[in-house]
Amino acid sequence: MHCRDPRIEEMPLEDLRKLQYKLLKMLIYRVYSFSPFYKNLLNAAGVHPDDISSLEDIRKLPFMEKKNLRDNYPDGLIVSDREELVRYHVSSGTTGKPTVVGYTQKDINNWAESVARGLASAGIGRGDVMQISYGYGLFTGGLGAHYGAERVGATVLPTSVGNTERQVELMRDLQVTSIACTPSYLIHIGEVAEKMGISIKNDTLLRKAVVGAEPWTEQMRIRIRDWLGVEAYDIYGTSELSGPLFTECEQQQGAHLWGDLIYPEILDPDTHEPLPPGEKGELVVTMLQKEGLPIIRYRTGDIAALNYDLCTCGRTSPRLERLTGRVDDMLIIRGINVFPSQIEHTLLGIPEIGKHFMIEVDRTGALDDMLVKVEIAGDSFSDKITDLMKVRTKVERALHNALNVAVKVELVEAGSLPRFEGKAKRVIDRRKL
Amino acid sequence: MNCEKYIIRQISLFSENKPGRLASMAKACQEEGINILAFSIAEADGFGVIRALVDKPDLAHKKLTELGFNVAFTHVIGVEMKDEPGGLYEIASKLADAKINIEYSYAYSGKDRAVLILRVDQVEEAVRLLLGNHFNIIASSTIH
Repeated sequence: MHCRDPRIEEMPLEDLRKLQYKLLKMLIYRVYSFSPFYKNLLNAAGVHPDDISSLEDIRKLPFMEKKNLRDNYPDGLIVSDREELVRYHVSSGTTGKPTVVGYTQKDINNWAESVARGLASAGIGRGDVMQISYGYGLFTGGLGAHYGAERVGATVLPTSVGNTERQVELMRDLQVTSIACTPSYLIHIGEVAEKMGISIKNDTLLRKAVVGAEPWTEQMRIRIRDWLGVEAYDIYGTSELSGPLFTECEQQQGAHLWGDLIYPEILDPDTHEPLPPGEKGELVVTMLQKEGLPIIRYRTGDIAALNYDLCTCGRTSPRLERLTGRVDDMLIIRGINVFPSQIEHTLLGIPEIGKHFMIEVDRTGALDDMLVKVEIAGDSFSDKITDLMKVRTKVERALHNALNVAVKVELVEAGSLPRFEGKAKRVIDRRKL
Repeated sequence: MNCEKYIIRQISLFSENKPGRLASMAKACQEEGINILAFSIAEADGFGVIRALVDKPDLAHKKLTELGFNVAFTHVIGVEMKDEPGGLYEIASKLADAKINIEYSYAYSGKDRAVLILRVDQVEEAVRLLLGNHFNIIASSTIH
């Protein structure tokens, strides 16, 4: 096993908790002293930094939400001196006002170190050529992965997103061994390569992919492995925390959350009560060392579970199981919770249809109607209507079994559903209109 | 007996049931100088299947695939039938007696003859049966 920092990565849990308590205490004093926003927040919750006398006391602290970041646009939450900031990242603002995060040099260093530990744990390092196919710029994905890859000594190919045919050519010509991108973009790259007559599996050296920024499934991991010959490792982070931060090690059993940087909690989204290890709930995070824009008990909106068992790789930090979805992505169809990731999981097990799908939700009278559009796979097309109807029925039954709610399925032409280069948006919910 | 020369490669397309799909298929055929000799559309809820006999099936397959269609070849046979009452019955009853199922079929009536295009579950048996009963089956070479 290759550890970048065994003192942290293999630190006994008891020591780690002591370190986390110390960091938390310092963090709370710092924000209380230097940030009017946090001081007000803590005062309103009736908490003084002196009330924090154990790690468990973190539960006394109030939550932060995306709304806090939006309401304080552009920089009301930034705590460090302005001249200490070395970078800004800004969210796209597609679901509201954008959020701005400022970074000090130490923030950038910690961010790069966190990604570097993860890449090293997945076996990526010196001698690897890593293609970064996340967007560069205000979006955190590209630069986040870039700095981490440089830190482990990989040769970085900063392709960013788009111009996929060129990405495939460069991947082949420059002997790329690993890639960082969204899982849906990796699939898209695979399809484009096939159209160009290039097999990722046979004609390139690509063997590892660090994929995230959207929920994905174990089925997809297997499909990527079988189809492209690529091992996919999950990476987690959000722009509010620092962008991509935590990845899976070679065991592929969840992303290691480095305990010196983050204190994670899994809470029931409604009651806010902590859930036992392994149970799915909303991920709430406290970033223990962030200087520019501290993050305390931030409700990520991501539905996830934590695994505290010692990883077979020997690293002690807890692991974040792959996200099931987002609190705000969760669809309630006729009273039943449905996550797009469940639909993806089901569809990937049906060979007669393609890898892409779209979900459309309407309300007819008082009833919700969910329509899932799937592409008929090129090689399973039969010109008998009855065969096509059988495929449709098969998909409808599989979805009904998995979701416990009736789903209407529409077969569409291969290649006709939207492809996504960044985060996939597979739900059109017309009920809100 | 070699039935192969009677087996015609029909081209089938999966198509969403929306305006413009047939036009886009037909335009591609026109541009490539592909003649459509016989043709049918079967529709279901939300999608359809376009089936056609064309004179250049390989070219049609290539062009339509490039346009993004799901394209498949299906083996069918073409039987001449009398262009008069009872013409269809003659063929259908022979197949029925032999327990050969017609999965789908369509027909065209040309200047000098009417032709029934058949997709059946036992192609070779059907060819043998119809030839044995003195039906005229179209050789695939007269189409492609």
